Amino acid sequence: MSSDKHAHPARKDLAARVLDRTGVDVARCYQCGKCSAGCPLASEMDFPPSQVMHLLQLAGMGPEYADMALRSHTVWLCLTCEICFCRCPMELDIPAVMDALRHESLRQKKVNPRARSILAFHRAFLDSVRYTGRLFEMGQVVDYKLRSGHFLQDLLQAPWMFLVGKLHLLPERVRDRRALKRIFAGTRQAGEERP
Amino acid sequence: MKTGFYPGCSMKGSAREYSESLLAVARELGRELPEVPDWNCCGATAAHNLDRDLALALPARILAAAERQGMAEVLVPCAACYSRLSVTRHELLEDEELRRRISALVAADYRGSARVLNIIEWLEAVPDLEARVRAPFARKVACYYGCLLVRPAGIVKFDRPEDPQSLDRLMRRLGAEPIDWAFKTECCGAGFSVSRTDLVAELSGRILEDAVSRGAEAVIVACPMCHLNLDMRRPNIEKRAGRKFRIPVIYVTQAVGLAMGLKTKALGLQRHKVSPSALLAPASVQPAAGATSASGDSPAGAGSPAGERRP
Repeated sequence: MSSDKHAHPARKDLAARVLDRTGVDVARCYQCGKCSAGCPLASEMDFPPSQVMHLLQLAGMGPEYADMALRSHTVWLCLTCEICFCRCPMELDIPAVMDALRHESLRQKKVNPRARSILAFHRAFLDSVRYTGRLFEMGQVVDYKLRSGHFLQDLLQAPWMFLVGKLHLLPERVRDRRALKRIFAGTRQAGEERP
Repeated sequence: MKTGFYPGCSMKGSAREYSESLLAVARELGRELPEVPDWNCCGATAAHNLDRDLALALPARILAAAERQGMAEVLVPCAACYSRLSVTRHELLEDEELRRRISALVAADYRGSARVLNIIEWLEAVPDLEARVRAPFARKVACYYGCLLVRPAGIVKFDRPEDPQSLDRLMRRLGAEPIDWAFKTECCGAGFSVSRTDLVAELSGRILEDAVSRGAEAVIVACPMCHLNLDMRRPNIEKRAGRKFRIPVIYVTQAVGLAMGLKTKALGLQRHKVSPSALLAPASVQPAAGATSASGDSPAGAGSPAGERRP
């Protein structure tokens, strides 16, 4: 890996790390705002997608900009609906950038506290896959409630689902458990720690 | 050519009627759909949000298993799984080093020989579909593609990413009249169904609102998450919107099955939160709609739009 930052050879800024991981050069964004105009959740976000791109463009100016991006609610609200990428005149893969920012945000323990339930859901989901190889909806919901503290949510949904045959009480399992173990052991296991 | 079937987790649980209706239609067509052996979860939103390698390894294991079985293509009816499998195949074929690393993780030499097929591609390849229509699905329908069936366009290379037409064409072949509307590929809130139900209710409510206001009698979907949000989350949607929506949401395979004259129970139509019984009553649209679709803003036929304002 060659260092392309002449001034600070020690550590690449966030934009450079995003470029390494995704191949997306955020410097190419010229702030037209089409991503933010099309984003279904822009109004819920602290920074709409185009502003996150701008924060990344400023990342070399000081650590506070990268920090704002990594601590943003935005990265966790992004649904990966792909409409921003679809409409970007520079064809920047913004959803891939959001993935990279989420991973970095987790690594640096900078997850926005408002994203707590979203992250709890993702982790409960992966717990289920880790143990059985498939999503066990019933188990996941219980796991999610424990992680998120939302115990009463959807309590009436379960009996209905069971009644129409949509809720199984026992998980389906993948036979080759060792294969799954290897996959989860070989990846960073971002889902492991409790929130 | 051997076509495998990857059901994914939803189709075994909350979306089992999607699987039931698909298999009922396949049986009627005399097509075999063997499951990919010992398949695992594709990782869905959770995996790619938290860990890139995990998000590639889980689908890679599925695709490698299909390859080993000599499957030339894998039918992936869930749009979300379809997206994860398509993205994985694309990324691993683009990057040899990545392909080798992920292959090692899943203990298989993944080659990318099995093509990933979505439900519409599989259905539109049925040559004599019109000939099999016994009870034309003569309804005004809102074809809802959602996000992941058509995007990212450079990877799935299927239909137009903003104004797709394939499902509209397919529904026309069944005798339906697809409406023109603005929410064909707007996101329903997807994986936030449990963690941010409020946002799902808002986004899904807008979709139903547009479909209903343009006279649709049913929303046709091809994704378990879209169905879950538009159907099972209906009470949340109605509470947030402050109005009732009676419009049923059915899977494309259920519409095909109904048009073929299959029994409603075989299609799992009893498993929906919003009863699709209105679709079983005499039809409102003249069948064989064929060429010119009426403009979407004409009032709903027979003066009975599927949704109405609360007084």
